[in-house]
Amino acid sequence: MRNTILFVLGIAAIVILGIDIYRIAGLPDERNQGAIFKIIFFHVPLAITAFGCATVAFVSSILFLVKKNFKYDAIAVSVTEVGLAFLAGNLITGSIWARIIWGVWWVWDVRLTSALVCWILYASYLMIRHAVEEPTQRARLAAVVSIFAFIDVPIVYFSIRLFRTQHPGPVFFSSSGSFPPDWSLILLFNLIALYMLGAVFSMIRLNQEDAQREIDSLRREAHAF
Amino acid sequence: MEFARQVLVIAAKDLRAELRTKEALNASAAFALVILLLFSFAFDPDAETTREIASGLLWIVFAFAGTLLLNRSFARELPNDCLDALVAAPVPGAALFLGKVLANYVLLIAIEMLSLVVFGIFYNVRWTVQFGQLMFVLVLGTWALTIMGTIFSALTVNIRLREVMLPILIYPFLVPALMSAMQLTVGLMAGKPIGPETANWVPMLIGFNVIYTAVSVFLVETVLVG
Repeated sequence: MRNTILFVLGIAAIVILGIDIYRIAGLPDERNQGAIFKIIFFHVPLAITAFGCATVAFVSSILFLVKKNFKYDAIAVSVTEVGLAFLAGNLITGSIWARIIWGVWWVWDVRLTSALVCWILYASYLMIRHAVEEPTQRARLAAVVSIFAFIDVPIVYFSIRLFRTQHPGPVFFSSSGSFPPDWSLILLFNLIALYMLGAVFSMIRLNQEDAQREIDSLRREAHAF
Repeated sequence: MEFARQVLVIAAKDLRAELRTKEALNASAAFALVILLLFSFAFDPDAETTREIASGLLWIVFAFAGTLLLNRSFARELPNDCLDALVAAPVPGAALFLGKVLANYVLLIAIEMLSLVVFGIFYNVRWTVQFGQLMFVLVLGTWALTIMGTIFSALTVNIRLREVMLPILIYPFLVPALMSAMQLTVGLMAGKPIGPETANWVPMLIGFNVIYTAVSVFLVETVLVG
């Protein structure tokens, strides 16, 4: 059943992404930025999806600590890995855009810096998982780090916002923005497709995690003989 | 009241153990001096611009020297299974944690005061002009450093690569606190009191301390016992 859902979700995500890419390719160039502005259709949904992943990881980390069920630990690590990949995509697309529009790969602006700090925080979550051998201890410590990281993200954001910001403000679905509504719709579909893709990746990763746990328990059983 | 007594007992025990061996204290103080020395090669220590950014560097010294000190906080309890005995002792995890925080705090403040004096002499900075406000920032910033360092010291005590994992883990988490402390210190070192343009960093620092003290106290039993 899980595999069927996975398959259907994956196909649907690819179809939506295909249609979106076709429509984005057909859009006219922006007056000031040229073709590079189209990167926003992926840049923004990637960030939102990554944030969604972080939220799921936070909730499942709390659930693990409360219920001590390894299912939640597996969910947390799966979505964190996928979210980290999506956030890396967000940072890379942003960097490419910045190189062409600002002339530099990186500026220490509030959103860039907080996205980078966020990436490092969740990377350290994965590092601590690698450093702990014993599964129960690993899950417990990792859950605590995940909770700490999720709390840190807004504090980092507000602290860096006390500096001046250079990042462009939101342009879609807002009255001050210059994004036409049907473009916002493309962006929304991209977001949905990326969320579906994220779910598919997480579920594949979850399957691996389940298999790993089964192998571990079989190995322990074998050693017990 | 009983809780406060337990906290003080743990803190006194840690301080006594540290002052007898002085191993973390010496290492940390020596390390702070070495970094202060190295900074003088990276920048011209006599230039006016260096003096402006040097106060930011000061917090990097504190953070580096702090991790050396904090690493030992729980690692010290590993020989002879002292940590298991402490966890099994009839004190709540929160008291154990806050006791250790208190001991680390005192030690770290001592290291920082030493670094400040050396820093003032070597870099020709008159840091005593805004002494009261500087101490205020130091007290708040060091609390952030200590609380995060101690909880992560507890978290990493039983894992491989403990010495490496602690700094990797705490520096990204400390970004808001270190940034606030640096911003405030730069102005104070230049002799300017906390004014309207830097005042926002104070609630940021206090907020960070309150949030993470609460979360750490709440989660420390989970970290130590499970």
